[in-house]
Amino acid sequence: MSNDARPDGGGRDRTYTIRLELVDEPGELLRALEPIAARGGNLLSIFHERGSLTPRGRIPVEVALEATPKGFETIVDALREAGVEVVQAGSERYSESLTVLLIGSLVDADLSDTLSDLERRADASVTDVSLSAPEGTDGASTARIRLATTEADRTLSIVHDAAAEKGLSVIEPLTAGASR
Amino acid sequence: MKVGIVGAGAVGRAVADLAPEYGHSVVALADSGSAAIDPDGLDPETVLARKEGGDPLGAADPNDALDASYDVLVEATPTTLGDAEPGFSHVEQALARDRHAVLANKGPVAERYGDLREFEANSRGQVRFEATVAGAIPVLSVIDDLGTGNVTAVRGILNGTANFVLSRMAAEGLAYEHVLAEAQDLGVAEADPAFDVQGTDAALKCVILANVLAGGDRDGDDGNGGNDTDSDTDDGAIDNDADADGSSLREPYTLADATVEGIEGIPPSALELAGEDGRTIRLIGEVSRGRVRVGPRLVPEHGPLAVGGTQNTLQLETRHAGRLNLSGRGAGGPETATAVLADVGRLTR
Repeated sequence: MSNDARPDGGGRDRTYTIRLELVDEPGELLRALEPIAARGGNLLSIFHERGSLTPRGRIPVEVALEATPKGFETIVDALREAGVEVVQAGSERYSESLTVLLIGSLVDADLSDTLSDLERRADASVTDVSLSAPEGTDGASTARIRLATTEADRTLSIVHDAAAEKGLSVIEPLTAGASR
Repeated sequence: MKVGIVGAGAVGRAVADLAPEYGHSVVALADSGSAAIDPDGLDPETVLARKEGGDPLGAADPNDALDASYDVLVEATPTTLGDAEPGFSHVEQALARDRHAVLANKGPVAERYGDLREFEANSRGQVRFEATVAGAIPVLSVIDDLGTGNVTAVRGILNGTANFVLSRMAAEGLAYEHVLAEAQDLGVAEADPAFDVQGTDAALKCVILANVLAGGDRDGDDGNGGNDTDSDTDDGAIDNDADADGSSLREPYTLADATVEGIEGIPPSALELAGEDGRTIRLIGEVSRGRVRVGPRLVPEHGPLAVGGTQNTLQLETRHAGRLNLSGRGAGGPETATAVLADVGRLTR
């Protein structure tokens, strides 16, 4: 996240999800969306399931938007100032999934260390790991890793760097960022 | 057409064998040791029977075949890298005589594309090389029909040996060495399989595709040259020269431009884990945005790219027509000869 603190106060656009709970009154949704557009947020989707109510009788709405990290903060502040109930914000939505194979001496390479290193550097989340090491600890074993990420291409290049440091080889999908 | 053939391996022999059926006569057939030459047309069956019996093809010197009375020379000697000799000189000699050249040999097209096009430009003969990429699959013709500028990327499986090894490893859970030995017994892999399993062969084909696709931009430049002549009056000839120079300035791709990774280090565990996730591993060649790359990649297990056995497949991304998939036999004598003879047929039109 350190590279977000740029002189322009912006940084590049990212995808965010905001969960709101709206009062069931006409015009409430529009009131909630206005501060987003007014502050340069780019609306991607609005999920609003009619009939689904929270225990307190509110309507849950999930809004996906693109904004700079700084812009996102001001949007959330503005929503709260306008009296809109923001249940969850700031959690980035990982829109892409990337599956790779890592091949080599995974035990020597300390796989779990490699993975946490990856999560830190790639701004991604490891959602699935499978290991196959039939030849015991000395042969070439394989790990299949699924990462949830905002930018599969960038994450992939970080995976390559991290693997190279540990002497592992990477088999990547033909097209990074496929839907599965 | 009168056809001269240099190289009497599986492809050269099959071209000789099938040429009469396609309405052509074979006036020369040479291997590295000797040549059979007859201006009135050889009987391929008789000549090939001699070779099969361990005798020389004919009484002539192999170099004399290059001077024979052919309309088109079929270059089917083994692929060599670097200066691509002796194949390149064979083609050069045919073009110098204003004859056509059809290549099954990848070397000259992948390693010396610029030279090849330059010699062609100074000859009344044409150069064609459909057989150099993916055997029987007419991918270069398809690209030509689509228009090179309309094809934004090509990717696929361009080496049957590597594909056989990977698909059998995946299906049977066997180790690389085991499957390779099996492939060698079956004649699917060479005694020295390096060219195939290290990705070199697939990379050469990708380099050829990259050169063909880049050629589309060159045609675009020529189009601009046409605009010049509209506005210019007396120095049109100079402009034409400038255009010719401009187009030859573009550096053609060679093997050195390709990023190449083979399949030797892939353990069965990698294929197993890929399979559990509905995927498999294939050696994929890719030409996209001026980049040439060959390496093992994860692809959907039941997708169009996961062809089995020694099959080849190509996927073209087009600007206006979406994605096209072509698959079929990428090697073999009669299969590749079919592509050679299709090229010969195009020359007569």
